This record gives sequence, C-alpha cells and structure tokens, in this order.
Amino acid sequence: MNTTQTPLPAGNGFLSGTLPILIAAAIFVFFAGLIPTVAQGDVAQWSVPWIPSLGVEFAFLIDGLSLTFALLISGIGTLILLYSNTYLAGHPQYARFSLFLTLFMLSMLGLVLADDLIVLFVFWELTTITSYLLIGFSHTAEKSRRNALQALFVTGAGALAFLAGLILIGFAGGTTSISGIIAQGDVLRDHALYLPIFILFLCGAFTKSAQVPFHFWLPNAMAAPTPVSAFLHSATMVKAGVYVMARMHPSLAGTDIWLWTLTIFGALTAVFASILALRQTDLKQALAYTTLMALGTLTMLLGHSSGYMMTAFVTFLITHSLYKAALFLVVGCIDKSTGTRDANTLGGLGRVMPLTALAAALAALSMAGLPPFIGFIAKELAYAGSVGAASSPVFVTVMALAANALMFAVAGIVALRPFWVAPGGTYTREPAEVPWQMWMGPLLLAGLGTVFGLVPALIQGPFINSTVAGLMGAGADPKTLKLWAGFNLPLYLSLSTFALGLLLYLSHVKMRRGLEAVFTRVPSLDRGWDSFLAGLKALAAWQTGVIQNGSLTFYLAATFSTIAGGLILTMMISGMPFIEVNFEGLTWKTATISVLVAAGAILTTVTNSRIAAVAALGVVGIGIALMFIVFSAPDVAITQLLVETLVVVLVAVVMLRLPAMTRLEFNAKHAAISGAMGATMTVIILAVLSTPLNRRLSDYFEIASWPDAYGRNIVNVILVDFRALDTFGEVAVVVVAALSAYALLRTTKGPAA
Amino acid sequence: MEPLLAITIGVLITCSVYLMLSGHLLRFIFGLVLISNAANLTIFVAGRLTEGAPPLIPEGADAPLGEVANALPQALVLTAIVIGFGLFAFAIVLVFRAWTSLSTLHPDEMELAEPNYGAHAKATKLALKKDTTQ
Amino acid sequence: MNSVILRVGTRYLSGILLIFSVYLLIRGHNEPGGGFIGGLTGAIGFVLYAIAWGTKDAREALRILPQTIAMWGLLLALGAGIWAVLFGDAFFTGQWWFAGADPADPKDKGLPISSILVFDIGVYLVVLGSVLTIVFAMEEEV
Repeated sequence: MNTTQTPLPAGNGFLSGTLPILIAAAIFVFFAGLIPTVAQGDVAQWSVPWIPSLGVEFAFLIDGLSLTFALLISGIGTLILLYSNTYLAGHPQYARFSLFLTLFMLSMLGLVLADDLIVLFVFWELTTITSYLLIGFSHTAEKSRRNALQALFVTGAGALAFLAGLILIGFAGGTTSISGIIAQGDVLRDHALYLPIFILFLCGAFTKSAQVPFHFWLPNAMAAPTPVSAFLHSATMVKAGVYVMARMHPSLAGTDIWLWTLTIFGALTAVFASILALRQTDLKQALAYTTLMALGTLTMLLGHSSGYMMTAFVTFLITHSLYKAALFLVVGCIDKSTGTRDANTLGGLGRVMPLTALAAALAALSMAGLPPFIGFIAKELAYAGSVGAASSPVFVTVMALAANALMFAVAGIVALRPFWVAPGGTYTREPAEVPWQMWMGPLLLAGLGTVFGLVPALIQGPFINSTVAGLMGAGADPKTLKLWAGFNLPLYLSLSTFALGLLLYLSHVKMRRGLEAVFTRVPSLDRGWDSFLAGLKALAAWQTGVIQNGSLTFYLAATFSTIAGGLILTMMISGMPFIEVNFEGLTWKTATISVLVAAGAILTTVTNSRIAAVAALGVVGIGIALMFIVFSAPDVAITQLLVETLVVVLVAVVMLRLPAMTRLEFNAKHAAISGAMGATMTVIILAVLSTPLNRRLSDYFEIASWPDAYGRNIVNVILVDFRALDTFGEVAVVVVAALSAYALLRTTKGPAA
Repeated sequence: MEPLLAITIGVLITCSVYLMLSGHLLRFIFGLVLISNAANLTIFVAGRLTEGAPPLIPEGADAPLGEVANALPQALVLTAIVIGFGLFAFAIVLVFRAWTSLSTLHPDEMELAEPNYGAHAKATKLALKKDTTQ
Repeated sequence: MNSVILRVGTRYLSGILLIFSVYLLIRGHNEPGGGFIGGLTGAIGFVLYAIAWGTKDAREALRILPQTIAMWGLLLALGAGIWAVLFGDAFFTGQWWFAGADPADPKDKGLPISSILVFDIGVYLVVLGSVLTIVFAMEEEV
C-alpha cells in the first residue's frame, strides 16, 4: 500500500490550513530581511508607551540573540505548520490546532523580542498558556490532560517566582527596560538583592527549561501531537528559559554562584537525561530526553563567560534546534507511515522511505557530532571551552564527554535502527513514503545542518558574532567556527566520544534492561507529582469542609464575630475614641419609648410564640415611629408606620402556612457574639455623637429648598429634586425586589430540580 | 438624650444578631427586621435629634425659621425604610419558598445545593482514588 | 375574611385611603407626604380590600397588573429625568412651569407644574405597584 492508494483526507482549507503557513513564512522573510542590519552589529528597536506611570513600554529589540531565536522560531514554525497541515489533515479540530500553534509562535516571538521586563513576562506567560493548550490538544485522553496540567503547573509556579525576580530586577536596575539594565553593567551584580534575584530568576528559567529537578514535565509533554513536540522542544518553549538566561547573562553572570549553579545543574541534567534517553524504547520519548540533555548542556555553557563557551552556546543552540526539529518530524513520519514508534519493532524502513531516511541520517549525524556536520563544530567548541572552564575543567569535560557519548548512541537508536536494521516486529500496516509536505521540513532542517557544517561562515557573521557580542558586551571574542582546527585536545575528546558512543550503542539493549531494573525501583518525581496533587485535593476538600461547611449559622457567626472583633481590635489599637455621655434634655417621653422599643426587641428574641413575636416586632416598629415623631421627622414617621403595617400583613399571611416555631435553646456563644456586636455599636454611636456635626449639606438644603426648588418640605425636596437620581435608583431596587419575589412565588412548586 | 438611643440601638442589634444566629428562618426574618430598624435609627441619631421643629419652611418664608431638625438623615432613612421593606418582602418570600420546597425552616437541614460535609468528603476521597489508579 | 362589618367598612375605607394617598402625594412637596408615603397609603388601601374581599376582587378593582403599574412608574420617573436632558439641563434637574402666574410678581407661583411632580408620581406608582405585586402574589400562594 502506498499513499496513492490511500489518499489523505482533503486538506484543512485556506483559513486554518494554508493561511497560518503563509503568516509564519511572511514573518520569517521579515526577520531574514533584518540579517544585514544585525550582521553589522546594529540593533533594531521599537516601542510604544504602555503603562507610562510605571515606565513600562511595549518595547522590542532585535539584536543577534533575538534575531537568531526569531528566525529559528518563525522558520521552524513555517515548516511545522506545513507539516501539520498534512500530518493532521482532516482532523476535526485542526482549526483550533493551527490557531493555538500560531498563537504560540507569536507569543514566543514576542518573548524573544521583548525589551521590557513586564512585556517579557506577559509573553512568557502567554507561551505557558498556549503550550498548555497545545500539549493538551488531545483533550479526550486523560493522560494528555494530566500532562498538560503538569506542564502548566510546573512552569506556571516557576513563572510566579520569575515575575518576582523580574520585579526585583526592575527595582534594582531602576528601570524595566532590559537594554537599559544591561547598559548599566554591574548594577545587578553589585546590588544587595542579587541573591534573591538570582534564585527567583533561575526558578523561572529552570522550570521552563526543565532542568533537574523540574525536568519531569518535559517528557510527559510528549502527549502532544508530534509536530507540537517538534516545535516546543526544539527551538521554542523549553528554550525560553535558556533564552532569558542568555538575555540577562551580561547583567547576572560572572559571579561564583551563577557559575557553579548553572554548571552543576546543567551538567546533572545533561547526563541524567542522556542516561534516561537510552532507556526509552519509544522514539519520541527518547528524543524528549535528548532535549533535556541539550538544555542541560546549554545551561552549563551559559554558566561560563569565556569566548569559547559563548560561541559554543550559540552554535549548539542553532545546531540543536535544527536537528531536533528534524528528528521529531522524522519520528512523526515513521509513526504516520507505520503506526508505531517502538524502537524494538521498527526497522528496514530505509528502502521504503528513502527521503525520510536521508533526513534522519543527516540530522542524526549532526546530533552524534560527526564531521562534517554543524554538530561536530558545536561539540568541538564546547570541548574547547570545557578544558578551559572557569569552574572545574575536569568536571565539565567529563560531564560533556559522557553526555555526548550517550547522545551518539541515542542518535543511532533513533535514526539508524528504524531505517537500516531488520525490523524486530511486524507492522500493522504497510509502510510507505510520506507526502512531500512531511518529508520536506525534516530534510530542509537536516540539510541546513549539513550546509552550515560545511560552510560555517554562513552563520558566523550574522548570528554567532553578533550574539556573542551581545552576550559578552565589550571585549567579546567570538571564536571562528572551523571544521578542522588541527590536532588538539578537543579533537582527541571527540574521538573518545565516538568510541565510547559506539560502545554504548552496541550494548544499549543490554543496558536498557539494567536501567529498567534500576529506575523502576527509585522513586520518581513524576509519581510524586501525583501524590502531591492528591494531597492538595485532600487539603482543599478538608478546608472546604471546615470553612464552607454549608451552615448558615456558622457563616453568620463567623461574619459577625469578624465584624465585632475587627471593630474592637481597631479601637484597642488606635485607642478608645473620645466619648462624652450627655443625657441632657432627656424626657420621660423618650425614656418610655426607648424602654418600649428595647422591651419589644427582647420579647421578640425570647418568645417561642409566633404571634407574640409579631406583636413585639410591631411594638418595636411603632416605638421607632413614635421616636421619629418626637424628634421632628413626620415624613419618616408616617413611612415607618405604613411599612410596619405591611410587614405585619405579610408576616401574618406567610405564617398561615409555616409551622410553629421550635423552642429556642439558650446559646452562650451566640449570646456573646450578639452582645459584643450590640455593645460595639453603642460605643461607636456614642463616639460619633461626641464629634462635632458637619451641617454644611443640611444648611444648603434648608436655604435652597424654597428659592431654588420651590418646595417647603425639605425632606421631600431632597428626595425628588436634589437627590432625585439616588431616589430613582432606590425605587428601581424596590421594583427589582418585587419582581424577584413575584418570580420566586410563581415558579413551579415542589423541590427545585 | 442621644446616649439613651445609642443604648437602645445596642439592644436592638444584640437581639437581631442573636435571632439571626438562631438557626431558624422565621427568627432570622425577625432579626432582619430588627437590624433594619436599628440601622435606620443609627443614621437618624447620627444626624442629631431636635424636638418639635420639623424641617418645613413656613408659608411666606424663604428658609426655615430658627433651628429645625436635620433633613438630610431623614431623607436617607425614609428611602432606607422602603428599601428595607423590599428586602424583607423578598426574604420572607424566599423563606416561604424554602418551606414549600424543602419542608424545613432550619437552614442547616437544607442540603440540596450544599451536600453536607460527610457525604462531600466521601465523594472527594472516591474521586482521588480513581485519579491515582490511572 | 368573612366579616360583614369589615367588608362593608372596607368599601368606603379603601376609597378614602386611595383619595388620601393622592392628597398625600400632591401636598408632599410642601407638607409631610410625597410619593413614598402616598404609594404606601394607596397600597394599604388595596391590601385592606384584598383582605376583606379576596385577592381576586382586589385585582379586579385595580384593573391593571400591579407589576405593570410599577414598571410604568419607573418609566415615568425616568422620563422626568430625561425631560431635563431634553431642555439642556443635567439629568434629573427640576423643570418648572407656573401656570397662570403673574410674571410681574415673583411671589406668585400660580399653579406650579413640574418634572418634580412627574417624578414623585412615578415613585408613587412604583411603591404602589411593587407592594401590591408582592402582597397579592403572597396571598394567592398561601
């Protein structure tokens, strides 16, 4: 069977299929047009004010580092979109997929171009969110959702630390402009906050770039469709952490803690990941671990500041992006063609899929670091830097050697065996060459790796020199990329790498069994993650049960206690307010009414008879109305009386249907809370009464009521003229209350559905 | 005489809070009525009390003669009373509906929307178990 | 409620309450009264009627659905606000027309007609309609 016999489903249409490819390609062309500018050592800048009060600007800057990234992102993005359009042809959610992928690409571009700490963070988080959507694209699979969430949580948690770090950087540097901070030289390194900045900043970068011990989310993120993995794990997502470390390298690097932290974590990640890569039988998983190895290596290189290390960093960055994207896409082709990614099953595809095999071979040779590929040059430079490392030449060299040898073996497993070794199992379908849209991407990327290896001058000028200049500032000494640098220590190291790698490759099946036995026994962070989440859920359930236990009485008690407690505490802290108790003008009339009101309230509280309660409530209402009459408020008194009448009517009507009240047992705790509330209110009113009254508004209303508003009843004039808008709002509330009550009564009876 | 009213308000508040905490919806409504009254009285008292001088302008005058009661808190309290009635009416209808639908006046027995903690915890535990086995 | 005295008495009492409520509304600008008080008084008139004769009769006596009355009241009050806007004043500024007043005598206000009165009538209708909406529905439900 071949592709002509099983035509792929019709394309995805222009809008979701072709347009994103064109957008990505246009962006790539735009950035390619900037190469001459950057090659001259110039930078392109553009900005608009965003939050002027904080000095935050939508500032973007294109220098060697950002242009290198921008070209990798948009170039690989174009090829990935082209590839996906065929790989996922006819997928019912392809429109969503291409939207997410395009958004992710744009966020990533924003991230590498941003020249403002806040803008950088916004794009940083946008990549987190869009990558979450991409990893969880197969949302019907539980595993896919879990892994997407894991990536989101780990990188999101790191991002919080990262934000704090960025804010501290902005604070220490006195500006949020990245180029502005870098221009100040040692300001961050000499600042008292350097250590917190360093820790917070690296928390963000390490989680994003999956350094040990935050590495576990990356292999899990392979739940995404293969093109996504190819994009996220070659030049983008995981490189974001590396990017920010490189971006801030001029300001943060050069201290001992930076040197050692990055070296140790990077080296550990690189070696640990390479060993795990060897263990995998799923080609995609194996590649995922080699991505970790690359990230570790890049981090280790960034720990240092020498010309060799920086040159090696940029070269390896480009190298890795090219071969890793190509290899992921090749794995996708194999998967599409044969229906499996199992290294033990695959084999003999070289004749059926010659073009894919060619792409795989070129990319793998670059990955293995063999001449004349760019990977070889990158490795030589890294060795040249390692032997003169500022940290510990022996440690760095040994770690690099181990990682590279393992990489050599993995390259063989991923790209050699499936094509040139006899298959270990049978295929469920007849393999065939994939359509051109799918082999073109990997072949082009792998081919570029070869071309750059043969003619390194192509990338020397525009990318290597300008980026290294950006990383090292004045006094930069970018090294020249050469295939043949003579008989030197790096060459001997390379030769040992090949020998060791070959040995590992030949014995990898046996080693895999051993590794399997070891790793199933050691506790894994990934499994720990599940227990962590389960514990978090249990904690949430527990605290919900305690705080949100569904008891109205509990909520009210908590609310009232908080109010009373807060008020009392405030009074205790700020000192008791001045209180002047003045019973002057007290008459028997008011005293009697007060006692009546208080007695009514108490009777309402203690009685167990509904009728008595309603009657007592009426006494309170009428007593208050009397109070209004005595104290010269006829309008208010009339209103109070009328409303009191209606309250009694409504209560009486409702009580016809409600059961008799149960006995109310005395509750000392509730009595204490209510007593505290009442006492606090009394004290507050007394305190208010002891301050002078501001009658400015009242005086104005009195003077203006008749001449301006032609009304003799000042209260009514306030209501319908001076404050008519307020009154309008209030009557609207009355209408809404009435309609809601009406709707509530007229809905269907019986238990709510 | 204002201090006397301050104490009266204190009694009203105490009684209303105690009623609202009683765990019985009819008593809760009584508490609501009392606390509305207390709030109205508080605003009224805060504007100071004046006896026998309502804020009216006599015929032929341009402004009140002599000192009259503070009109501003009166206007505020007047609308507050009407709005308080709206709140009360809505609350009592709600209580009534709760009784016809759920046959209880004790909010702590209403578990239709908010499952009690015991059942909730059990359900959560089951969900966790299911998650970790996968 | 089956009380002959109440029923007969209510016939007249409700009418008197309604007339009184309008009186309270109209005089409200100068004496105690106004839309809120008038509306409540009118509502109590109808509530009394409903208690004596039943909600059905009370609804017939009212003729219009109470919630419709409330909505018209709200609309009227809003109209009084917009009236001012149409004359170029700020929202809810009082607009006055002194019918038959002697222009030479500043003290002679004639028959003052104003957007303020319209607003107060709106308030009256809102209160009347809202209270009756709840009370009628409640009584019918029980």
